[in-house]
Amino acid sequence: MAEYKWPEADKRVHLGKRISRIDGPEKVAGRAKYAYDINRPGMLFGKIVRSPYAHAKITSIDTSAAERIPGVRAVKIIQGPGTEIQWAGDEIVAIAAVDEGAAEDAARAVKIEYERLPHLVNEQDRSSIPDSALIPTAESVVGDPAKAFSEADVTVEGVYGNEVITHCCLESHGQIAEWTDENNVLLHPSTQSVSSVGGQLAQSLRIPAGNVHVKMDHIGGGFGSKFQIDRWGVECANLSKLAGGKPVKLMLERDAELTVAGVRPSIRARVKVGAKKDGTLTAWESETWGTGGQGGFGTLPVPYVWTGIPNQRKNQTTVKTNTGPARAWRAPNHPQVCLITMAALDDLSAELKMDPLDFFIKNIAMTGVRAKVYEEELLKAAEMIEWKKNWHPRGEGGAGPIKRGLGLSIHTWGGGPHASDCDLTIHPDGAVEVKMGTQDLGTGTRTVLRIVAAETLGLPLDAVKVMIGDNRFPVSGSSGGSTTVGGISSSTRRASTDALNQLLAKVAPDLNAQADQLEAVGGRIQVIGDSSRGMTWKQACAKLGTQPLTVRGKQPGQGTLASSGVGGAQMADVSVDIETGVVKVNKFVAVQDCGLVIDEKTAESQVFGAMIMGVCFSLYEERIMDDRTGRVLNPNMEFYKLAGIGDVGEMKVHFMKGPGYDDRGVIGLGEPPTVSPGAALSNAVANAIGVRVGTLPMTPDRVLAALARKGGSNAKI
Amino acid sequence: MQKFEYVSPTTKEQAVALLGENWGDVEVLAGGTDLLSLMKDYITTPRRVVNLKGIAALSGVRYSASGLRLGALATFDDVLSNTAVRRNYPAIWAAVEGVTSPQIRAMGTVGGDLCQRPRCWYYRAGYGLLAKDETGHALVPDGDNRYHAILGHNSGAYFVNPSSLAPALIALAAKIGVYGPKGARQVDAAEFFRAPGGDGEREYQLSPNEIVTEVLVPAPGGMKNATYEVRQREALDWPLASASVALKLTGRNVGAARIALGHVAPVPWRAGAAESALVGKAVTEQTAAAAAEAALADAKPLSRNAYKVQLARVAVKRAILAAAG
Ligand SMILES: Cc1cc2nc3c(=O)[nH]c(=O)nc-3n(C[C@H](O)[C@H](O)[C@H](O)COP(=O)(O)OP(=O)(O)OC[C@H]3O[C@@H](n4cnc5c(N)ncnc54)[C@H](O)[C@@H]3O)c2cc1C
Repeated sequence: MAEYKWPEADKRVHLGKRISRIDGPEKVAGRAKYAYDINRPGMLFGKIVRSPYAHAKITSIDTSAAERIPGVRAVKIIQGPGTEIQWAGDEIVAIAAVDEGAAEDAARAVKIEYERLPHLVNEQDRSSIPDSALIPTAESVVGDPAKAFSEADVTVEGVYGNEVITHCCLESHGQIAEWTDENNVLLHPSTQSVSSVGGQLAQSLRIPAGNVHVKMDHIGGGFGSKFQIDRWGVECANLSKLAGGKPVKLMLERDAELTVAGVRPSIRARVKVGAKKDGTLTAWESETWGTGGQGGFGTLPVPYVWTGIPNQRKNQTTVKTNTGPARAWRAPNHPQVCLITMAALDDLSAELKMDPLDFFIKNIAMTGVRAKVYEEELLKAAEMIEWKKNWHPRGEGGAGPIKRGLGLSIHTWGGGPHASDCDLTIHPDGAVEVKMGTQDLGTGTRTVLRIVAAETLGLPLDAVKVMIGDNRFPVSGSSGGSTTVGGISSSTRRASTDALNQLLAKVAPDLNAQADQLEAVGGRIQVIGDSSRGMTWKQACAKLGTQPLTVRGKQPGQGTLASSGVGGAQMADVSVDIETGVVKVNKFVAVQDCGLVIDEKTAESQVFGAMIMGVCFSLYEERIMDDRTGRVLNPNMEFYKLAGIGDVGEMKVHFMKGPGYDDRGVIGLGEPPTVSPGAALSNAVANAIGVRVGTLPMTPDRVLAALARKGGSNAKI
Repeated sequence: MQKFEYVSPTTKEQAVALLGENWGDVEVLAGGTDLLSLMKDYITTPRRVVNLKGIAALSGVRYSASGLRLGALATFDDVLSNTAVRRNYPAIWAAVEGVTSPQIRAMGTVGGDLCQRPRCWYYRAGYGLLAKDETGHALVPDGDNRYHAILGHNSGAYFVNPSSLAPALIALAAKIGVYGPKGARQVDAAEFFRAPGGDGEREYQLSPNEIVTEVLVPAPGGMKNATYEVRQREALDWPLASASVALKLTGRNVGAARIALGHVAPVPWRAGAAESALVGKAVTEQTAAAAAEAALADAKPLSRNAYKVQLARVAVKRAILAAAG
């Protein structure tokens, strides 16, 4: 029985080095093809007619004029008369035509009548929400919060929140679907689930699960919103069938993308926290509400990370609104609860006149099993941002209108490995292939596969060919929950190890040795430690004769190769112009544990990406709903604001590595670093200006309103 | 986008002959950075599009003793790369520099910047220039007006004029050259803009068959000038408020001042009260703040945009200090 583990630190050749992503050049050169770029012979263009109303009953649909428009090849009613529509933008009719213009003309020619019904699209003002839209969760109590608050020396109460944001994938959702014969569909989706999206489509189309062939080389962002085939995927295939099997391309327009393709639920919270004079945290009370459209979003993990606060009272309400549905958004729920927790604790430390770093460390045991990790990470982050030198008590941000401040936060995530099968093939000519039905979300999956196989086989990186993005390859999990890197690296390590062992067994007699006395290093197979008794990789592979060797590796569950559970700390340094309320990020540092780092460079870029997304939702991003029309007012990249490169400040990343970290195996990283930015930046702004800007994004209007509440100097210039 | 006829004349006479009698019937195309979105969103559905880019006489940036001429087709990049503009007209240069998208700088033109349509999100969603729903209810006053007007909205137009160039041109007393069937005419930049009464009208003083040909800016003649924009982001974004200021100093005191605000009213907003407040005084933090106060004295913020009053004040104060400094 082979032993599967990662090589010791001094034996690693590629593992943990800074390796550029292998698909970087083709992406930069524009050669990488995304679903959007794929054009098939005879392809039609799909278009969806959407509801202009947030809540309405369809009373009639007349598609006859649309059908008569030249170039229209298929018209299909998705939701017929009698259907009650629950959000503006919901899909009603699908159309395919020979070009986008004809499809658009036809979409505009569809006549739909509605009976309008009252809608609710905003939930900020809790008092205006009808009871029918409220779904309370049972109160949860730990210890004796009433007593703890009455005995606390200091309590603070604050209101915190974060608006609904979208995923805003730069490549919108969609696909090209075509029936290659009566029973088989070829699908080019933009998906986070190459191995499972085909089965989902087959089920809707009532064809055998194996009859949908899925291919995707590249995806322009998913962030949790692209796991499903989606109604538009199914209807795209339906349109193709109606049009005699012709390929149909149906990608969402930007406004649809921002309206229906997924949001992160908002959070609103009233939080009270209490402590003893010496800074010992004793009590937590929270009332939270928020909306993610019509559905719920599970019980929120509050207080976040600080689960050991001895006395707690928690109430949660979900508000049903007539808005586009929520989808998993990079670390679902965590960024929101992190904000309300870390902000409340930061406010408490300010009230105690304690440095929040000292306050966090004093109470760190209340974070449970990872307390030691958080402490190490906080100290490292503090060093990187020169916390002790730069921190000042809240509100003492200097003279003049530009105030500087520091803020911090800590976070956690699971990130255990998903199921993954890998086929590793060694050809007699020495070529090596890795095949897997996984996807590279831009996270570096291809690069990791190549590193792991090359490391295991003692080969240079370019000796390994990586083939992914096809559901005819061995099944691998969806890329969500930060489960991919642990899953795919384990299955590939095992496949490579097993394949190598078989190869070693073949060549052992030629080297007058036992297979277990051999090693693969530097492109050679040799007796361990003795380069004089060996042969080149090519010579070794020639011993396979004519048959290539293919070995299936399976991800075995958590163990030495991969595990779960990480901690991270982030600290931000911001400047706020108190006359304009404009916030600028000066410096932002992240310290993260993710077990064994396979590629420091792609790992770092995951964290940069997360921090940038964090700056976006902390300062700029929000979906804005219009109360009267029930529509999204900013379904475009003009007023749905994202940061540009000039807005993100200087970013620094540090990974916790070495003993105690590396030996936990590989752990996912995509999500954890997205959790803390809101809290760290909010705390930094509070530190700078002396007052909490309760709700993210911290736009100038919100910053000025907070300053006005404080009654400070900003009331006028 | 609705199908249309596309024509590319090479002279302004030809261009004007191709224009229509009613707004929206024919649209003029310059860089297309705004027109294309308007057409894709069916906000305008012209039967003909007249491309101006083939008319050589409309391009170029030229500086001479008599002043600056910006051709209607001069791009943002043309303006930014002109050292005379940077040296003599920092108010113009800063306004153009604020448009941070390389694509828009490469394609967007001076004429297009002046004639671009409002960015009000109700207008762009198809509710018309005055943003009314099917019952005739005005959507802006009790809707989400965070980016709307705080001044000059009595007429029922609540959008803000989007041009960043316009306030600078007004502060510098520029004239806008117009050409139509009756020949050429010039309009003071300060008189060029208007609040429309409905969708059949435009936000500027052109007839449907006229085009902007050029902008003429007088020689600076010792006018110190500056623009300050309150911008939330470095990435392409609209200023939340901006101010352009031109000052003539006699000794330490302000002899003459022209101040215009951007992104606060349906037209670029000339702030006469601020000008008077400043004249005869030395520029200091206090006098600049007092002028800013005067500029916004008549502000009538809507339900969600009171913060813009503060931002506009800051823009005026900082633009005055920058011009004088
Ligand atoms: C996100 C975003 C942010 C932006 N930020 C700013 C900003 O901060 N400040 C700013 O000023 N602008 C900003 N812009 C707008 C940009 O400057 C304009 O789109 C550009 O100036 C338009 O010029 P164009 O040549 O492309 O015009 P076109 O799109 O070709 O035309 C625009 C309009 O003007 C008319 N027109 C064009 N030329 C003439 C002419 N010579 N005579 C008569 N009519 C004419 C057209 O018919 C059309 O109605 C922003 C745009 C976006 C999308």
